[in-house]
Amino acid sequence: MTTTTTKPRGSQAAKAPAFDSAAIRSDFPLLQTQSHGKPLAYLDNAATSQKPQAVIAAAARYYTTYNANIHRGVYKLSVDATAAYEAAREKVARFINAPSEREIVFVRGATEAVNLVAATWGMENIHSGDEIVLSEMEHHSNIVPWQLLARRTGAVIKVIAISQHGELAMDHYAQLLSDRTRLVALTHVSNALGTINPIERIVSMAKARGIPVLIDGAQSIPHMAIDVRKIGCDFFVFSGHKLYAPTGIGVLWAKGELLEKMPPYQGGGDMISTVSFAGSTWNDIPHKFEAGTPHISGAIGLGVAIDYLGGIGMDAIAEYEHDLLMYATKQLNRIPGLQIIGTAPEKAAVISFIMENIHPHDIGTIVDGEGVAIRTGHHCCQPLMDHYNIAATARASLAFYNNREDVDRLVAAVEKVKEVFN
Amino acid sequence: MSDLRDLYQQTILDHTRKPRNKHEMPDATSTADGHNRLCGDKIRLFLKVNAGIIEDISFTGNGCAISTASASMMTEALKGKSVAEAQPLFELFHTMLTSPMDQEPDLEALNKLAVFSGVREFPVRVKCATLPWHTLQAAIKNQDAPVTTE
Repeated sequence: MTTTTTKPRGSQAAKAPAFDSAAIRSDFPLLQTQSHGKPLAYLDNAATSQKPQAVIAAAARYYTTYNANIHRGVYKLSVDATAAYEAAREKVARFINAPSEREIVFVRGATEAVNLVAATWGMENIHSGDEIVLSEMEHHSNIVPWQLLARRTGAVIKVIAISQHGELAMDHYAQLLSDRTRLVALTHVSNALGTINPIERIVSMAKARGIPVLIDGAQSIPHMAIDVRKIGCDFFVFSGHKLYAPTGIGVLWAKGELLEKMPPYQGGGDMISTVSFAGSTWNDIPHKFEAGTPHISGAIGLGVAIDYLGGIGMDAIAEYEHDLLMYATKQLNRIPGLQIIGTAPEKAAVISFIMENIHPHDIGTIVDGEGVAIRTGHHCCQPLMDHYNIAATARASLAFYNNREDVDRLVAAVEKVKEVFN
Repeated sequence: MSDLRDLYQQTILDHTRKPRNKHEMPDATSTADGHNRLCGDKIRLFLKVNAGIIEDISFTGNGCAISTASASMMTEALKGKSVAEAQPLFELFHTMLTSPMDQEPDLEALNKLAVFSGVREFPVRVKCATLPWHTLQAAIKNQDAPVTTE
């Protein structure tokens, strides 16, 4: 790690060196625990991330000192809670360089954000015979909402093929764009392969035809700096829990002019301006899309997670994780009979692998016994598994709090798997 | 963690490496498909039943060590037995996998299938061991719809 960022790091500001892996690890209480009597090597970050103490403390502080509902009370607690919730929205806007915090809609997670867009914008703008372009590497959460929409509207789903290395076939993508294409919905980073897709190019190709683009950023936002204006997309979605924040909070960013035109998603309190039995009118954006009491502590926690990451710097995180990915790839490739699935040149720190004659489920159980937590299965990407003609993979996904020792522990555990089966 | 050797016993590994009765059966009297959604494992079970007797039983598919060995050993345990005997054996097997650790399973009645007793220490793997048996039940009922472990 050679970064020379001078930004202070979250809870222990202004400590040198700039990227102190050991100090970062100590910020995460769960990483200090043991699993099966061994120190935990947590390598399932693509599923969910661990939380820094600052995030845990922020949620506890909300519940112990200013728990109240927001946007309604005139008393101090409610005013404080509202201010903290709305401050989190501003932090999210700055974090992804959104033009305005009015364009930040709090949802439960990336899944709900995609469903929101499909159910509102999709129902208004996509009609029978229209085409929605997805890719073969999408998570089920960026497939099924569009299938539901297609079933309701008669729209057609087109799928961008991928190469054996796990890269999008860009010529195929170019062919799929047609006068009937109404939306391109694509993942930024594949959760199962780690591939970083060239989304700026993808967006510009769609924009040349006036086609809106939704980017699923669930797997990219924890690993790199995101600038929605530079990307040029219309919708960007992500989950808080993969970004070191609580579960149950996520974000839909959409261009303001789109949000203004979109109908509400759910009806209820807070999303209305006036209600009468003759008819109701809607609140301003983004509140129009936030019916009912939201996940207040989750949003506050997300804001604190963003502060924490800001103290380290997303570019420093990306650089550190890339170095760790290169190391892990090299070490795993040394194991005979192990094959990495997803070998694109541009990758985030995700390594899916299979082993000759050993099922991923057995790999997962045996490495768990060594205190190493990895994911095994289809990773909610059954079409992708079909592409590779496999049922499942074992997947190690790294975060900036992982280190080479975690990787070495994984490698040793995989060697143990081979011992059991040989 | 309990010892992995409890889970991956030599008998189980032997059946994983060399599954018995793993082939299609063109003259099967009924078949059924089983699917474990957690790991994507799929199994197809073939039964040839004549006058209530399981004359032949086989399977195809891909699965983990536990589900493959379970399917292999199930076919060995049931070949030549009556359909009526299969259900109580499954119930014994299921009880062994789901009973509390301080409760002794009826290992004698289970005979060779007792090697799976270690699976109960790994709750997320119980479905791997029971998938072939759930699929068997579907085949006996001659259901067309795939069964799942959910």
